[in-house]
Amino acid sequence: MSIQNIEQRIFNSEDFKNFFTELVTPIIGVLIFLILWSFLAPKVVTSLGAIPGPKQVYSQFLALVDEHKNERHKETAFYKRQEIRNSKKLAKNPEAIIKTRKYAGNPTFFDQILTSIITVMAGFLLAAIIAIPIGIVAGLSKTVYAALNPLVQIFKPVSPLAWLPIVTMIVSATYVTSDDAWFDKSFLNSAITVLLCCLWPTIISTAVGVTNVTKDLQNVSHVLRLSWWTHVRKIVLPSAIPMIFTGLRLSLGIAWMVLIAAEMLSQNPGLGKFVWDEFQNGSSNSLGRIMVAVVVIGIIGFLLDQIMLFFQRKVSWDKTVSLR
Amino acid sequence: MNNIHLEITGVNMDFPTPNGPFRALEDVNLKVLKGEFVSIIGHSGCGKSTVLNIVAGLYQATAGGVILNGKEVIGPGPERAMVFQNHSLLPWLTAYENVELAVKTIFKGKKSKAEMKDWIEHNMKLVHMDHALHKRPDEISGGMKQRVGIARALAMEPEVLLLDEPFGALDALTRAHLQDSVMEIQADLGNTMMMVTHDVDEAVLLSDRIVMMTNGPAACVGETLHVDMPKPRDRIAVSEGKEYNNCRHEVLRFLYERHGKKVEVLETKEEGQKNDVVNFKQSKQINNKVA
Repeated sequence: MSIQNIEQRIFNSEDFKNFFTELVTPIIGVLIFLILWSFLAPKVVTSLGAIPGPKQVYSQFLALVDEHKNERHKETAFYKRQEIRNSKKLAKNPEAIIKTRKYAGNPTFFDQILTSIITVMAGFLLAAIIAIPIGIVAGLSKTVYAALNPLVQIFKPVSPLAWLPIVTMIVSATYVTSDDAWFDKSFLNSAITVLLCCLWPTIISTAVGVTNVTKDLQNVSHVLRLSWWTHVRKIVLPSAIPMIFTGLRLSLGIAWMVLIAAEMLSQNPGLGKFVWDEFQNGSSNSLGRIMVAVVVIGIIGFLLDQIMLFFQRKVSWDKTVSLR
Repeated sequence: MNNIHLEITGVNMDFPTPNGPFRALEDVNLKVLKGEFVSIIGHSGCGKSTVLNIVAGLYQATAGGVILNGKEVIGPGPERAMVFQNHSLLPWLTAYENVELAVKTIFKGKKSKAEMKDWIEHNMKLVHMDHALHKRPDEISGGMKQRVGIARALAMEPEVLLLDEPFGALDALTRAHLQDSVMEIQADLGNTMMMVTHDVDEAVLLSDRIVMMTNGPAACVGETLHVDMPKPRDRIAVSEGKEYNNCRHEVLRFLYERHGKKVEVLETKEEGQKNDVVNFKQSKQINNKVA
């Protein structure tokens, strides 16, 4: 076989076509976007200067990384000083009362990212733990479904941000924090807001998944006289898993968007607060930093969805279904 | 052991519809002996499957009832295991696990783990599926799925095995294989079996008795026919015999001559016009053949 033949085979093969559509085309798309951005951005001049292009945004990203590193250095230095001070005190007088203080520096961009991720996951997981059982019961019992349906239908279209003031008031009235409490109030506010927006789609799709259990499988369950619990575990849950995951993925997507907005609105720590602070700050770097945040928010949202997709693939019994 | 095992007495079945109740069955009576193989045959929509579902306990008869071993049937249960038309295997479990679910549920506390495993494997061997124990339903053919469905039903150690058009969705060759398997199993285990079918040959080949149902609405048992052929039956040898063809003609005559024409008169009524026209045509063709 000549080299030419081999080359021809490589370039005509399905693999190559797949490689092209799956990797090269998306890269071209992104490149076109970047070119348009860097070309058009400088033409829009705002009170904070021209809109930054991709280059400036990237340099802001590097600046944020530096800031983060500096902050960490300061923090370790602070704890070191504290330790030395305390050990000196103890050396002088072994019975001296020593104080350990927490470092009170500003949270960096990366601290805010972590806060947001932890908050969204906490609210989302809590919502799943509450919503899936409710959805299963509602799907199994027409009575429960009829009772829940009007509530779900009315609360579902409400923006979770409308809940935010109520949640804030209730949390500050009922949750008394001390310095070493498990959660901050702000964390609870954001997490509960996320929970409220995840609840409804998950309940609805779980209930739909459960009602879609085929008559045949129900008959099998009847003939075997499966107990309620076994019926749920062996027949209902596996049948409903695809729909449950559809609901969960939908919820997580909404939750991430809502969380950022909630953080902006209520000044709770997180990426939303970072964006809002930069906006209020109004320095020449602000727009660039906000754009870094926008890109990071997008990437994290995408990764969260991919993680859900990964779990859906793991749990789903029907491997033939293409999951997108 | 010619004692009555299963008795259906005066069963009426009404289904609620927006235009008032629809009477599917009226005064269905049937006695099944222990170890007997009974087929129920009739035109589609006549309520054959409804009868089987009432015996299974999945439907509750509006009037009358079913007695099994001197006890009234209330609700479904494993002593009346059912083989469903479309196999009804749980798609997320392997063949083995599907049977295991039944075995674990029924023999909980009665069989040890090892005994259960043996019992599952024994039943899979009975339906010739011991080579594909750990395949999922979507990895095996339709016939194989139905074999697993039968294994699951057999594994329940049922007093009566109910088969609801078990081979209806299969191609002719696969169907023949499965019919042979069912005959083999009945010869081995001597279960009482009730099968719903619309295949005349299948009914004649497998049954001790064929129950022919009149057309709905308000269907009932029109006639019963004893198939007097020694078992085990070989499909080729039997099909050349006189008794086989007699039985076959008897059933066809009932289905198409009597109940094909009766429907013709009903044609002006609202229910199932299209079907009736088809029946009429078929009955003509068959009359010609018979003549």
